[in-house]
Amino acid sequence: MQEQEKIEDMDLDVLTEIANIGAGNAVTALSQMISNKIDMHVPQVKMLTFSELSEILGGPEALVAGIMVSLDGDIEGYMLFMMENDAAHHLVNQLMGQPGQEKEEEGFSEIAQSALTEIGNIITGAYLNSISKMTALQITTSIPYLAIDMAGAILSVPAIEFGKLGDKALLIESRFCDMDIDLSGYFIMIPTMESYHAILSALGIG
Amino acid sequence: MSKMIKVGMADGNICHSPDAITTLGLGSCVGVVLYDKNTKIAGLVHIMLPDSTKVRQNQNKAKFADTGIDMLVDRMARAGANTSMLTAKIAGGAQMFAFKTNNEMLRVGERNVEAVKQKLKELGIRILAEDTGLNYGRTVEFYPETGDFVIKAVGRSVRTI
Repeated sequence: MQEQEKIEDMDLDVLTEIANIGAGNAVTALSQMISNKIDMHVPQVKMLTFSELSEILGGPEALVAGIMVSLDGDIEGYMLFMMENDAAHHLVNQLMGQPGQEKEEEGFSEIAQSALTEIGNIITGAYLNSISKMTALQITTSIPYLAIDMAGAILSVPAIEFGKLGDKALLIESRFCDMDIDLSGYFIMIPTMESYHAILSALGIG
Repeated sequence: MSKMIKVGMADGNICHSPDAITTLGLGSCVGVVLYDKNTKIAGLVHIMLPDSTKVRQNQNKAKFADTGIDMLVDRMARAGANTSMLTAKIAGGAQMFAFKTNNEMLRVGERNVEAVKQKLKELGIRILAEDTGLNYGRTVEFYPETGDFVIKAVGRSVRTI
Protein backbone atom coordinates (compact mmCIF):
# COMPACT_ATOMS: atom_id res chain seq x y z
CA MET A 1 0.00 0.00 0.00
CA GLN A 2 2.95 2.33 0.52
CA GLU A 3 3.53 2.58 -3.23
CA GLN A 4 0.13 4.18 -3.61
CA GLU A 5 1.38 7.15 -1.70
CA LYS A 6 4.11 7.99 -4.16
CA ILE A 7 3.61 9.92 -7.36
CA GLU A 8 5.58 9.06 -10.47
CA ASP A 9 7.36 11.98 -12.12
CA MET A 10 5.33 11.74 -15.28
CA ASP A 11 2.05 11.60 -13.36
CA LEU A 12 3.18 14.65 -11.49
CA ASP A 13 3.62 16.55 -14.74
CA VAL A 14 0.18 15.50 -15.91
CA LEU A 15 -1.51 16.53 -12.66
CA THR A 16 0.35 19.84 -12.73
CA GLU A 17 -0.90 20.47 -16.25
CA ILE A 18 -4.46 19.60 -15.27
CA ALA A 19 -4.25 21.98 -12.34
CA ASN A 20 -2.87 24.63 -14.67
CA ILE A 21 -5.84 24.35 -17.00
CA GLY A 22 -8.38 24.15 -14.19
CA ALA A 23 -6.92 27.06 -12.30
CA GLY A 24 -6.51 29.02 -15.55
CA ASN A 25 -10.25 28.81 -16.15
CA ALA A 26 -11.04 29.63 -12.55
CA VAL A 27 -8.78 32.67 -12.59
CA THR A 28 -10.35 33.85 -15.86
CA ALA A 29 -13.78 33.60 -14.26
CA LEU A 30 -12.55 35.46 -11.20
CA SER A 31 -10.84 38.22 -13.13
CA GLN A 32 -13.99 38.80 -15.22
CA MET A 33 -16.00 39.05 -12.04
CA ILE A 34 -13.81 41.74 -10.54
CA SER A 35 -12.69 43.30 -13.88
CA ASN A 36 -9.08 43.08 -12.95
CA LYS A 37 -6.09 41.11 -14.22
CA ILE A 38 -5.00 38.25 -12.00
CA ASP A 39 -1.67 36.44 -12.18
CA MET A 40 -1.35 32.74 -11.61
CA HIS A 41 1.61 30.80 -10.30
CA VAL A 42 2.69 27.39 -11.53
CA PRO A 43 0.59 24.81 -9.65
CA GLN A 44 2.19 22.62 -7.03
CA VAL A 45 1.33 18.95 -6.81
CA LYS A 46 2.50 17.37 -3.58
CA MET A 47 1.97 14.33 -1.43
CA LEU A 48 1.78 15.65 2.12
CA THR A 49 1.49 14.24 5.61
CA PHE A 50 -1.42 15.62 7.61
CA SER A 51 0.84 17.84 9.69
CA GLU A 52 2.34 19.29 6.53
CA LEU A 53 -1.11 19.77 5.02
CA SER A 54 -2.26 21.93 7.92
CA GLU A 55 0.81 24.16 7.44
CA ILE A 56 0.13 25.16 3.84
CA LEU A 57 -1.71 28.45 4.34
CA GLY A 58 0.49 30.35 6.74
CA GLY A 59 0.20 27.76 9.51
CA PRO A 60 -2.70 25.98 11.20
CA GLU A 61 -3.79 29.09 13.09
CA ALA A 62 -3.87 31.51 10.14
CA LEU A 63 -7.31 33.07 9.71
CA VAL A 64 -8.67 32.15 6.30
CA ALA A 65 -11.91 32.10 4.36
CA GLY A 66 -12.54 28.73 2.77
CA ILE A 67 -15.28 27.71 0.38
CA MET A 68 -15.55 23.98 -0.06
CA VAL A 69 -17.48 21.72 -2.37
CA SER A 70 -17.39 17.97 -2.14
CA LEU A 71 -16.95 16.06 -5.40
CA ASP A 72 -18.84 13.00 -6.44
CA GLY A 73 -19.19 10.92 -9.57
CA ASP A 74 -16.09 9.76 -11.47
CA ILE A 75 -13.89 12.05 -9.38
CA GLU A 76 -14.40 12.00 -5.64
CA GLY A 77 -12.80 14.26 -3.09
CA TYR A 78 -12.89 17.93 -2.28
CA MET A 79 -12.23 21.21 -3.94
CA LEU A 80 -11.47 24.23 -1.80
CA PHE A 81 -11.00 27.86 -2.64
CA MET A 82 -9.07 29.49 0.19
CA MET A 83 -7.97 33.02 0.83
CA GLU A 84 -6.37 34.77 3.73
CA ASN A 85 -8.90 36.83 5.66
CA ASP A 86 -7.64 40.21 4.38
CA ALA A 87 -7.70 39.03 0.78
CA ALA A 88 -11.29 37.83 1.18
CA HIS A 89 -12.26 41.31 2.38
CA HIS A 90 -10.49 42.91 -0.58
CA LEU A 91 -12.27 40.57 -2.96
CA VAL A 92 -15.72 41.27 -1.54
CA ASN A 93 -15.09 45.02 -1.56
CA GLN A 94 -13.93 44.91 -5.15
CA LEU A 95 -16.91 42.83 -6.22
CA MET A 96 -19.48 44.94 -4.47
CA GLY A 97 -17.82 48.09 -5.79
CA GLN A 98 -17.71 49.68 -2.38
CA PRO A 99 -14.09 49.84 -1.31
CA GLY A 100 -13.62 49.94 2.42
CA GLN A 101 -17.22 49.28 3.26
CA GLU A 102 -16.56 45.86 4.68
CA LYS A 103 -14.34 46.53 7.66
CA GLU A 104 -11.82 43.84 8.44
CA GLU A 105 -12.22 44.16 12.20
CA GLU A 106 -15.95 43.58 11.98
CA GLY A 107 -15.78 40.23 10.23
CA PHE A 108 -18.04 39.59 7.27
CA SER A 109 -21.62 40.79 6.90
CA GLU A 110 -24.25 38.32 5.79
CA ILE A 111 -24.23 39.76 2.27
CA ALA A 112 -20.46 39.49 2.13
CA GLN A 113 -20.63 35.86 3.23
CA SER A 114 -23.13 34.93 0.56
CA ALA A 115 -21.08 36.85 -2.01
CA LEU A 116 -17.99 34.86 -1.01
CA THR A 117 -19.91 31.60 -1.18
CA GLU A 118 -21.17 32.45 -4.65
CA ILE A 119 -17.72 33.49 -5.85
CA GLY A 120 -16.46 30.15 -4.59
CA ASN A 121 -19.25 28.38 -6.40
CA ILE A 122 -18.55 30.05 -9.73
CA ILE A 123 -14.81 29.61 -9.73
CA THR A 124 -14.69 26.05 -8.40
CA GLY A 125 -17.27 25.33 -11.10
CA ALA A 126 -15.01 26.86 -13.76
CA TYR A 127 -12.07 24.81 -12.47
CA LEU A 128 -13.95 21.53 -12.38
CA ASN A 129 -15.75 22.04 -15.70
CA SER A 130 -12.49 22.30 -17.56
CA ILE A 131 -11.18 19.14 -15.90
CA SER A 132 -14.41 17.34 -16.65
CA LYS A 133 -14.23 18.33 -20.33
CA MET A 134 -10.62 17.35 -20.67
CA THR A 135 -10.96 13.94 -19.06
CA ALA A 136 -14.57 13.19 -20.09
CA LEU A 137 -15.14 12.28 -16.45
CA GLN A 138 -18.39 13.20 -14.74
CA ILE A 139 -17.99 15.39 -11.68
CA THR A 140 -20.96 16.38 -9.59
CA THR A 141 -20.50 18.86 -6.79
CA SER A 142 -22.31 19.61 -3.57
CA ILE A 143 -23.55 23.11 -2.90
CA PRO A 144 -20.71 25.33 -1.65
CA TYR A 145 -20.02 25.75 2.06
CA LEU A 146 -18.22 28.68 3.61
CA ALA A 147 -16.13 28.72 6.75
CA ILE A 148 -14.05 31.59 8.10
CA ASP A 149 -11.72 30.11 10.63
CA MET A 150 -8.24 28.73 11.32
CA ALA A 151 -6.65 27.09 8.27
CA GLY A 152 -5.83 23.92 10.20
CA ALA A 153 -9.42 23.53 11.36
CA ILE A 154 -10.81 23.95 7.85
CA LEU A 155 -8.25 21.61 6.33
CA SER A 156 -9.06 18.97 8.97
CA VAL A 157 -12.26 18.21 7.04
CA PRO A 158 -10.61 16.86 3.88
CA ALA A 159 -7.70 15.50 5.95
CA ILE A 160 -10.04 13.26 7.92
CA GLU A 161 -11.39 11.76 4.71
CA PHE A 162 -7.85 10.89 3.69
CA GLY A 163 -7.14 9.56 7.12
CA LYS A 164 -9.46 6.69 6.35
CA LEU A 165 -7.33 5.68 3.38
CA GLY A 166 -3.77 6.39 4.41
CA ASP A 167 -1.41 8.75 6.11
CA LYS A 168 -0.95 11.24 3.33
CA ALA A 169 -3.03 13.48 1.11
CA LEU A 170 -2.51 14.49 -2.50
CA LEU A 171 -2.59 18.25 -2.77
CA ILE A 172 -3.02 20.09 -6.06
CA GLU A 173 -2.48 23.71 -5.22
CA SER A 174 -2.62 26.77 -7.47
CA ARG A 175 -1.82 30.19 -6.15
CA PHE A 176 -3.03 33.38 -7.77
CA CYS A 177 -2.55 37.03 -7.01
CA ASP A 178 -3.72 40.46 -8.04
CA MET A 179 -1.31 43.19 -6.98
CA ASP A 180 -3.76 46.07 -7.54
CA ILE A 181 -6.21 45.04 -4.87
CA ASP A 182 -3.86 42.85 -2.84
CA LEU A 183 -5.74 39.67 -3.54
CA SER A 184 -4.22 36.24 -3.35
CA GLY A 185 -5.49 32.79 -2.63
CA TYR A 186 -5.38 29.13 -3.45
CA PHE A 187 -7.37 26.58 -5.34
CA ILE A 188 -6.92 23.25 -3.69
CA MET A 189 -8.14 20.03 -5.17
CA ILE A 190 -7.87 16.93 -3.08
CA PRO A 191 -9.00 13.89 -5.05
CA THR A 192 -9.18 10.47 -3.45
CA MET A 193 -6.47 8.02 -4.50
CA GLU A 194 -8.90 6.14 -6.75
CA SER A 195 -9.91 9.38 -8.43
CA TYR A 196 -6.30 10.28 -8.98
CA HIS A 197 -5.89 7.02 -10.87
CA ALA A 198 -9.19 7.64 -12.70
CA ILE A 199 -7.92 11.03 -13.92
CA LEU A 200 -4.71 9.50 -15.18
CA SER A 201 -6.34 6.60 -16.95
CA ALA A 202 -8.96 8.88 -18.54
CA LEU A 203 -6.03 10.66 -20.14
CA GLY A 204 -4.57 7.36 -21.32
CA ILE A 205 -1.81 7.24 -18.73
CA GLY A 206 -1.16 4.65 -16.08
CA MET B 1 13.29 27.80 30.58
CA SER B 2 10.00 26.09 29.90
CA LYS B 3 9.18 24.89 26.43
CA MET B 4 5.94 24.64 24.48
CA ILE B 5 5.79 21.22 22.83
CA LYS B 6 3.82 21.17 19.57
CA VAL B 7 1.69 18.23 18.55
CA GLY B 8 0.63 17.98 14.88
CA MET B 9 -2.44 16.43 13.32
CA ALA B 10 -2.58 12.64 13.91
CA ASP B 11 0.28 12.88 16.37
CA GLY B 12 0.81 12.67 20.12
CA ASN B 13 3.43 13.58 22.71
CA ILE B 14 4.01 13.96 26.43
CA CYS B 15 5.47 16.71 28.56
CA HIS B 16 6.72 17.34 32.09
CA SER B 17 6.12 20.50 34.06
CA PRO B 18 7.28 23.29 33.62
CA ASP B 19 6.97 22.56 29.91
CA ALA B 20 3.57 22.88 28.28
CA ILE B 21 2.00 21.12 25.34
CA THR B 22 -0.14 22.46 22.47
CA THR B 23 -1.92 21.56 19.26
CA LEU B 24 -3.05 24.18 16.74
CA GLY B 25 -6.20 24.53 14.69
CA LEU B 26 -8.33 21.62 15.86
CA GLY B 27 -11.35 21.34 13.59
CA SER B 28 -13.29 18.12 13.55
CA CYS B 29 -10.31 16.42 15.18
CA VAL B 30 -10.22 16.07 18.97
CA GLY B 31 -7.37 17.03 21.27
CA VAL B 32 -7.22 14.71 24.28
CA VAL B 33 -5.10 15.66 27.28
CA LEU B 34 -4.28 13.09 29.96
CA TYR B 35 -2.77 14.32 33.18
CA ASP B 36 -1.23 12.91 36.33
CA LYS B 37 -1.27 15.79 38.77
CA ASN B 38 1.13 14.23 41.28
CA THR B 39 4.00 13.75 38.86
CA LYS B 40 2.84 16.71 36.72
CA ILE B 41 3.23 14.64 33.58
CA ALA B 42 0.75 15.34 30.77
CA GLY B 43 0.13 13.84 27.36
CA LEU B 44 -1.73 15.22 24.35
CA VAL B 45 -2.96 13.36 21.30
CA HIS B 46 -4.58 14.98 18.21
CA ILE B 47 -6.92 12.30 16.92
CA MET B 48 -8.66 12.41 13.52
CA LEU B 49 -10.93 9.37 13.44
CA PRO B 50 -13.05 7.45 15.94
CA ASP B 51 -12.17 3.83 15.35
CA SER B 52 -9.00 2.08 14.16
CA THR B 53 -10.80 -1.21 13.55
CA LYS B 54 -12.89 0.36 10.75
CA VAL B 55 -9.87 1.38 8.71
CA ARG B 56 -7.37 -0.84 6.95
CA GLN B 57 -4.47 1.62 7.07
CA ASN B 58 -4.30 1.86 10.85
CA GLN B 59 -0.56 1.78 11.61
CA ASN B 60 -0.50 5.37 12.82
CA LYS B 61 -1.90 4.88 16.32
CA ALA B 62 -2.21 8.57 17.13
CA LYS B 63 -4.74 9.01 14.34
CA PHE B 64 -7.54 7.11 16.12
CA ALA B 65 -9.43 7.66 19.37
CA ASP B 66 -9.03 4.05 20.57
CA THR B 67 -5.37 3.40 19.76
CA GLY B 68 -4.31 7.02 20.28
CA ILE B 69 -5.44 7.09 23.90
CA ASP B 70 -3.89 3.66 24.58
CA MET B 71 -0.62 4.87 23.12
CA LEU B 72 -0.66 8.00 25.27
CA VAL B 73 -1.35 6.05 28.49
CA ASP B 74 1.52 3.76 27.58
CA ARG B 75 3.98 6.56 26.97
CA MET B 76 2.98 8.32 30.15
CA ALA B 77 3.46 5.13 32.16
CA ARG B 78 6.95 4.75 30.73
CA ALA B 79 7.70 8.38 31.61
CA GLY B 80 6.80 7.66 35.23
CA ALA B 81 3.16 8.75 35.47
CA ASN B 82 0.82 6.81 37.71
CA THR B 83 -1.77 5.64 35.19
CA SER B 84 -4.37 4.84 37.81
CA MET B 85 -4.41 8.55 38.72
CA LEU B 86 -4.99 9.96 35.24
CA THR B 87 -7.67 12.53 34.46
CA ALA B 88 -8.63 13.94 31.06
CA LYS B 89 -9.58 17.21 29.41
CA ILE B 90 -10.79 17.26 25.83
CA ALA B 91 -11.52 19.83 23.11
CA GLY B 92 -12.43 19.95 19.42
CA GLY B 93 -14.83 17.82 17.43
CA ALA B 94 -16.42 20.77 15.64
CA GLN B 95 -18.47 20.64 12.49
CA MET B 96 -16.60 23.13 10.34
CA PHE B 97 -19.03 23.39 7.43
CA ALA B 98 -22.77 23.68 7.88
CA PHE B 99 -23.71 20.63 5.84
CA LYS B 100 -27.35 19.76 6.03
CA THR B 101 -27.18 16.08 5.26
CA ASN B 102 -27.27 12.82 7.13
CA ASN B 103 -23.99 11.80 5.59
CA GLU B 104 -22.14 10.20 8.45
CA MET B 105 -18.67 11.43 7.41
CA LEU B 106 -19.85 15.00 7.90
CA ARG B 107 -20.67 14.30 11.51
CA VAL B 108 -17.18 13.01 12.13
CA GLY B 109 -16.47 15.64 14.79
CA GLU B 110 -19.35 14.44 16.89
CA ARG B 111 -18.38 10.80 16.39
CA ASN B 112 -14.79 11.56 17.38
CA VAL B 113 -15.97 13.08 20.66
CA GLU B 114 -18.24 10.09 21.38
CA ALA B 115 -15.42 7.64 20.65
CA VAL B 116 -13.00 9.51 22.92
CA LYS B 117 -15.50 9.50 25.78
CA GLN B 118 -16.21 5.81 25.28
CA LYS B 119 -12.52 4.93 25.35
CA LEU B 120 -11.83 7.04 28.44
CA LYS B 121 -14.78 5.39 30.19
CA GLU B 122 -13.40 1.95 29.37
CA LEU B 123 -10.07 2.91 30.89
CA GLY B 124 -11.73 4.48 33.93
CA ILE B 125 -10.27 7.91 33.20
CA ARG B 126 -12.49 10.75 34.40
CA ILE B 127 -13.09 13.77 32.14
CA LEU B 128 -12.65 16.91 34.23
CA ALA B 129 -13.56 19.40 31.52
CA GLU B 130 -14.44 19.60 27.85
CA ASP B 131 -15.01 22.18 25.12
CA THR B 132 -16.34 20.26 22.16
CA GLY B 133 -18.73 20.45 19.21
CA LEU B 134 -20.17 23.63 17.66
CA ASN B 135 -18.74 24.97 14.42
CA TYR B 136 -15.38 26.63 15.01
CA GLY B 137 -11.72 25.72 15.16
CA ARG B 138 -9.73 25.67 18.38
CA THR B 139 -6.11 25.93 19.45
CA VAL B 140 -5.39 24.32 22.82
CA GLU B 141 -2.55 24.56 25.34
CA PHE B 142 -2.11 22.47 28.46
CA TYR B 143 0.03 23.50 31.43
CA PRO B 144 0.91 20.54 33.69
CA GLU B 145 2.13 22.92 36.39
CA THR B 146 -1.42 24.18 37.06
CA GLY B 147 -3.60 21.70 35.14
CA ASP B 148 -4.96 24.60 33.07
CA PHE B 149 -6.32 23.78 29.63
CA VAL B 150 -6.39 26.98 27.60
CA ILE B 151 -8.64 27.18 24.55
CA LYS B 152 -8.35 29.84 21.86
CA ALA B 153 -10.76 30.37 18.98
CA VAL B 154 -11.17 33.04 16.32
CA GLY B 155 -13.31 35.95 17.49
CA ARG B 156 -13.91 34.46 20.94
CA SER B 157 -12.31 35.21 24.26
CA VAL B 158 -9.72 32.78 25.60
CA ARG B 159 -11.20 30.11 27.85
CA THR B 160 -9.41 28.20 30.57
CA ILE B 161 -11.04 24.96 31.64
